[in-house]
Amino acid sequence: MNRDDFEILKNNLIYFDNGATTLKPKQVRDAIIEYYNKYSANAHRGDYKISAKVDEIYEATRRDVCEFINAKEPSEIVFTSGTTNSMNMIVFGFFRDYLKKDDEVLITLSEHASNIVPWFILQKEIGIKVKYIELNDKHEVSLDNVKKAITDKTKVISLALITNVIGDERPIKDIAKLAHEKNILMVVDAAQGAPHVKIDVQDMDIDFMAFSGHKMYGPTGIGVLYGKFDLLDKMKPQNYGGGMNAMFLKDGYVELREIPTRLEGGTPNIEGVIGLKAAIKYIENIGIERINKYEKNLRKYLISELEKLDFIELYNKDNDSNIVAFNIKGVFAQDTAIYLDKYNICVRAGNHCAKILDNVFNISNTVRISLSFYNTKEEIDLLINVLKNSENIWKEIL
Amino acid sequence: MDRELKRSIILDNYQNPDRKKVSGEDYIKINTRNVSCIDNLDIYLRVKDNIIEDITFEGEACVISISSTNILINLLVGKTKEEGINIIDNYLKMINEEDYDKEVLKELLVFDDTSKQPSRIKCATLSANGIKKFLEDEKSHS
Repeated sequence: MNRDDFEILKNNLIYFDNGATTLKPKQVRDAIIEYYNKYSANAHRGDYKISAKVDEIYEATRRDVCEFINAKEPSEIVFTSGTTNSMNMIVFGFFRDYLKKDDEVLITLSEHASNIVPWFILQKEIGIKVKYIELNDKHEVSLDNVKKAITDKTKVISLALITNVIGDERPIKDIAKLAHEKNILMVVDAAQGAPHVKIDVQDMDIDFMAFSGHKMYGPTGIGVLYGKFDLLDKMKPQNYGGGMNAMFLKDGYVELREIPTRLEGGTPNIEGVIGLKAAIKYIENIGIERINKYEKNLRKYLISELEKLDFIELYNKDNDSNIVAFNIKGVFAQDTAIYLDKYNICVRAGNHCAKILDNVFNISNTVRISLSFYNTKEEIDLLINVLKNSENIWKEIL
Repeated sequence: MDRELKRSIILDNYQNPDRKKVSGEDYIKINTRNVSCIDNLDIYLRVKDNIIEDITFEGEACVISISSTNILINLLVGKTKEEGINIIDNYLKMINEEDYDKEVLKELLVFDDTSKQPSRIKCATLSANGIKKFLEDEKSHS
């Protein structure tokens, strides 16, 4: 649906790499161009009209994000450069002080690098322990396995809402409930989740959350950090300087501003924020529930067609999401991706930044298709046809 | 070289790579991990008295990586370190579309149009760069 809004799709492109980044609709592009054409000023300089307009839209976007994830108040929303930036702020701005030596952080082997590497670094720095919740035979997180992994030392559970290779959606609300009963904080990486499922941070009772604009039809370089007010208020800024200080004196006295401004030092990514605003509006106009339903149906169709091909190995057939991981038997994932590219079909090959997942999968590289609402059954039929002819793969790519 | 012949040489070295095996303790192992984060090969080298006595490799990688590694290794074994470095230098020049000495490259010439597929350049040079660095380091130590 809504294919006409995506200029790039008019070039016979079949774009199946939405987990990496989504395409951008006209509405997002237009909003950014309008900013540069009509009110291209900095924020926080409200003495002239166009700058006041920037401030107004900037803060209105904060309210839009607040509503989009149902946060309690807009001050719980911090603009960042993306999920990685948000995760690093959570780990190094908050948990570096909150955690002590031997405290335990629970993650899984199927997390994205940005929910693993910062914790590893903190482990080196202050001696916390990174532990893994065991995945079940469908490579999913079960509540029982979370229970088993929790010890007296567990202080944080940090999980993706939807993982980026397997595509399983975690029961965050139940896990958070369990965590909070034991005084454990719940961190959620919603990079793959935000574009596809309805998130309600209050209902799910999430303490910190990170997501990116560019995976939800917005521009690159803009992301969101959500934190419950009292926790966010304790977060140390990573960037000191303009915009985030209230006053400073010659003798070195510094007073910082309130959150969230305190955590947004320097000139913000204004075009990114404006683009994100348009992206949220775009998603809401279609309806996230409708997007979710459409994508899940499309995935079912893709799975049913792939299952008919006996030379295809499927890795996450039973998961309910927008992501399918597979290989052509005997062909390295990258070779398959290059073959598909000959037909303008864009897929991702590799380990998808989940480099420790091979401990579970017994295979480190897969072809990944991640669907969006603008993908169609016709595109899947074309893909299947190309795959059916893949006995010619060497002729085509060599 | 005819397209069909090139393809069959590349495929043969991919599907039946005679140098693809883990080697033992008297070898030095290097890992050449592709920055594009997918190809991942271990290379085992045995160099004695300035002669490249043996090289083998193991790991998971694409057709171009595996095939170029196998062909390159077959060309290097038995050569002196200096000859080996010279072969690799000429190979890298060919991949990067610079002037090179065709004589020394033999079967590696099947990759002479790799530059037309920029995404394959890293695959074709993965092992060559790793082995070259090893040989150069060895040279400065000996």
